[in-house]
Amino acid sequence: MPRPHLYLLVALLVSGGVSYFSDRIDPYHLDVLIGVGVNIILAVSLNLVNGYTGQFSLGHAGFMSVGAYLSAAVTLFVAPQLLGAGGGTALSQGVVFFFALLAGGLSAAVAGLLVGVPSLRLKGDYLAIVTLGFGEIIRVIFQNFEPLGGALGLNGIPAYTNAFWVLAFGAVTIFTVACLVHSTYGRGFIATKDDEIAAEAVGLNTTLYKIVAFVVGAFFAGIAGGLYGHFKQTISPSGFDFSKSIEIIVMVILGGMGNTVGVILAAILLTLLPEVLRPVAEYRMILYSFLLIVLMLARPQGLFNFHFGRKQAA
Amino acid sequence: MLEVTDLSVSYGAISALGGISFTIDQGAIVTLIGANGAGKTTTLRTLSGLLPAKAGKISFLGEDITRLPPHRIVARGLGHVPEGRMVFANLTVDENLAMGAYLQKDKARIAANRDYVFGIFPRLKERLTQAAGTLSGGEQQMLAIGRALMGNPRLLMLDEPSLGIAPKLISTIFEKIVEINRDHGTTILLVEQNANLALEISHRAYVLETGRIVMSGASKELRTNPELKAAYLGG
Repeated sequence: MPRPHLYLLVALLVSGGVSYFSDRIDPYHLDVLIGVGVNIILAVSLNLVNGYTGQFSLGHAGFMSVGAYLSAAVTLFVAPQLLGAGGGTALSQGVVFFFALLAGGLSAAVAGLLVGVPSLRLKGDYLAIVTLGFGEIIRVIFQNFEPLGGALGLNGIPAYTNAFWVLAFGAVTIFTVACLVHSTYGRGFIATKDDEIAAEAVGLNTTLYKIVAFVVGAFFAGIAGGLYGHFKQTISPSGFDFSKSIEIIVMVILGGMGNTVGVILAAILLTLLPEVLRPVAEYRMILYSFLLIVLMLARPQGLFNFHFGRKQAA
Repeated sequence: MLEVTDLSVSYGAISALGGISFTIDQGAIVTLIGANGAGKTTTLRTLSGLLPAKAGKISFLGEDITRLPPHRIVARGLGHVPEGRMVFANLTVDENLAMGAYLQKDKARIAANRDYVFGIFPRLKERLTQAAGTLSGGEQQMLAIGRALMGNPRLLMLDEPSLGIAPKLISTIFEKIVEINRDHGTTILLVEQNANLALEISHRAYVLETGRIVMSGASKELRTNPELKAAYLGG
């Protein structure tokens, strides 16, 4: 078995194990663990777009909201008819949840395609502004769409998300992005970032690469959204505004653009930091922002950018 | 092999090429010389589909390629070494070469092309696992040419291969260009500011001035042309 596949298998077993013992874990710690997992999925998937392919997207929270809403709609409105009055067994609930997440991810991927095709012709700050705009449009649509709760959002979403789902999907996200980027095909993402003209000159369809990165990124953002919704049990449009996108981008930048290990560590650090800072109460966010500034000044190349076994380009 | 008829290109309202026509014969080294801003790079980029043509026709091996996207043009055997060491800085030398063979499916052919590239530029073989961004300017130029050769080009277009490279390496690179043409029969279209050098190794030359071809002929004759001498050859 190739090494990445082995890692994935081990990670899945570990998530099963953690989930099995989750009764003995302090509920607060379990909450934080799930928050970390969701953020890892978001940051690693955005890293494919912003880091590896070099397309600066500010719309990740928008795709997350599509996944959150669509998967919640499946478990709230479709699942009761499938599971019957008793709510079904744990196994059937798990199956329904899996397909709800998949539906959320796929609809986010479709949204990514719809947003990506027209906007990926733009570069740099223009692309950032357009994706920011699209992210906000998605949010405003949910805000005004009454069948999905409008501005109040959706409540009473079943609490299907547990440590297993989050860790397992986190592992699948990391596996997919790593395999994609380290394949011969996937070198094209890095080539597109390094030099688009040269990439086209050797015959790469750079537009296609950007769209693939965007769609795959949006898919996992949608999965993360579904996990988040079934964890918080309530979602509202205001939870997916652009400050959420910024939060994810900060993880990618702090971890080092195009460095999966770094981005995972940054996602963990930035999720834990506000928790650790809880004792200082009202000064918490000030201290958090201050630490971010210090970290960026100290490690502008990314906090965890070490480049194992590979000489870094100038 | 390549026939360009009345090609016009503009950047917005500004015209960059005002209807140029030229032909390239199979097996030749043809050079396009001219000052900065004359339209040399624009010509190459339009030929390989990176820029849209406003009017005119480009025909390659008897086929109209004017409106084709770049990857289809590369697939037809038109290789392009872009201006200014455009290597993939974060990929290794090895990976850069692999990207050059992106459209090649035949594994044996790819392996043969690699050996061919290492034969021309042995230096690249020594640097295989190094990130391309850490190479010297001359080595990056070698890599850019090697990468284009991995795509099996019938016609190789080189954009200012002497730009920003140590003088000693320039002559090496020009020798290699002649070698690629002579030993492998690859047709070459060379864009160069260093007109002396370009006229020395080429068979035929076109002189571009503000988007128009103002002079053309056998390189040997152009080298002694008094008008050209005064304008481009510094003498």
